[in-house]
Amino acid sequence: MSDTPTRSNEDFEARLKDSDTAVADFDHAPRGMVGAIQHVLHANPTFVPVIVLLASIAVFGVVAGERFFTPFNLSLIMQQVSIIGILAAAQTLIILTAGIDLSVAAIMVLMSVISGKLAVEFGVPAPIAIVISFIGGIAAGYLNGWLVTRVKLPPFIATLGTWNVFFALNLYLSGAQSIRGSDIDEVAPLLKFFGQSIAIGSARLTYGTLLMIAVFVVLWYVLNKTAWGRHVYMIGDDKEAAELAGIQTDRTLRQVYMLAGFICALAAWASIGRVGSISPQSFYEGNLESITAVVIGGISLFGGRGSIMGALFGALIVGVFQSGLRLAGVDVLWQVFAIGWLIIIAVAIDQWIRKVSA
Amino acid sequence: MTEPLLKARGLVKRYGRVTALDHADFDLMPGEILAVIGDNGAGKSSLIKAISGATLPDEGTITLDGREVSYASPLQAREAGIECVYQTLALSPALSITDNMFCGRELRKPGLLGKWFGMLDQKAMEKFAREKLSELGLMTIQNINQPVETLSGGQRQGVAVARAAAFGSKVIILDEPTAALGVKESRKVLDLIQDVRGRGTPVVLISHNMPHVFEVADRIHIHRLGRRLCVVDPKSISMSDAVALMTGAMRPDDIAAA
Repeated sequence: MSDTPTRSNEDFEARLKDSDTAVADFDHAPRGMVGAIQHVLHANPTFVPVIVLLASIAVFGVVAGERFFTPFNLSLIMQQVSIIGILAAAQTLIILTAGIDLSVAAIMVLMSVISGKLAVEFGVPAPIAIVISFIGGIAAGYLNGWLVTRVKLPPFIATLGTWNVFFALNLYLSGAQSIRGSDIDEVAPLLKFFGQSIAIGSARLTYGTLLMIAVFVVLWYVLNKTAWGRHVYMIGDDKEAAELAGIQTDRTLRQVYMLAGFICALAAWASIGRVGSISPQSFYEGNLESITAVVIGGISLFGGRGSIMGALFGALIVGVFQSGLRLAGVDVLWQVFAIGWLIIIAVAIDQWIRKVSA
Repeated sequence: MTEPLLKARGLVKRYGRVTALDHADFDLMPGEILAVIGDNGAGKSSLIKAISGATLPDEGTITLDGREVSYASPLQAREAGIECVYQTLALSPALSITDNMFCGRELRKPGLLGKWFGMLDQKAMEKFAREKLSELGLMTIQNINQPVETLSGGQRQGVAVARAAAFGSKVIILDEPTAALGVKESRKVLDLIQDVRGRGTPVVLISHNMPHVFEVADRIHIHRLGRRLCVVDPKSISMSDAVALMTGAMRPDDIAAA
């Protein structure tokens, strides 16, 4: 039998019953130093921003002198990035679905104006004014989500449009006038809740800083430990595949935009505490700053890849650079210059570590 | 005569000026393996998409278990018990094998954590995924949590087939399930198809592999130019006649005459 050559379909499968049933296992070839680093970074993409953050803190600790390395200054950096950090959390949600949201900061400023106007000028109790701003944030997010899923606009265009719409509404409602901090203190101190702080030694942790950390921790849990979070990643990875695999992609997308809108409204409340007043002209570039934090945090603009914690580290890296360069006496324009290169280098590193396969 | 479990009548689907389905009929009997064969572009995949809810046909009716159904999304078809392996596989490359297997029907942890916080039961899902892959003989996958993009084409197809086989309750549709698989894995898929029929679940198999089709199919649906040309019995027709029918070299009447 074994001497006759195989001719029919039955013959060529005849030896299958003897096939190996063990799970395959191989010795791994030594990768070398660079290869090993590349591999570890591929498996843990958040390491890159963490390393950059620690390295930049160390470098500025040396360059900018001891004033940089004080608990006070480090906690001040946390305060300074808290608002952009919260916006970056909302931005991450959208970018994970392969979208982009240019309207995050506009939603935030609009909601801070709405809650401030209601509380200060119309005498609405502060808690109700805040709840109304939350509902407004969710509604603004729903509008973005509706434009993206129902009207089928690309997220860039939809949110470019709503950015302008929300900014104009904000100027109309506020009359382009700021609401003064003293007025807020008088009638609705609750609006400034997140400006309060607890002192630990010379460090001052504001409630706004704690809110930022809480937002990231909750979103990390939702994205990694719940089915909904896995669906967000799947939609960003390949929307059509997710749809065929039985995920209600459009509904999930609308929920993502609504959640992002709600987080923007939270940022609005926190921003009143941080700034101390409500200015319709503030945070005009907040959308781009939030995208910067997300990109430096190693989250792919093409969706489906990256960890939300990266955005937190990305925001902190920007804060550390700005603070360190300022304390080192470097002109503001070179801060902007440095942030620009950070973005380019972050994405270049990201491309490099993507080249390995796990 | 028994009623078909899944029945379609007069399905029409047009994409602009291209007619993919031209008044196509389809019958799937309970507990059978029905093969669908046809030339490239005959409309096999369009037919499958229409009955699995991936597209909404322009005209025609679909009946499942005697009730007329209309699926707005693949999810609804899945909830009705129709599971499909698409040619594109519908897998998310950056996510793990486990995540892909449970896409849309994840297991939650028992008790408070699962109910109130929606926490996923990662361990149970990994165990299940590993079992299903082993059943298919996919022993070359070492790590159940590796991203699907790191798998070979055949392994990916194995994951998609394992997913459908694990969850399909009423009908399982396989669009070219063995196209990228090796000899051993193809054999396992064919065994699995027969297993599934053994459990009483009918299977629709779309394939260009005539030996596979003739080995497992109870009936063969020949699709040509967007409609059902005829249904033949693999025991009473030769492979070459089936190919002649599907390419138009022979007409169904010729068989009756022969």
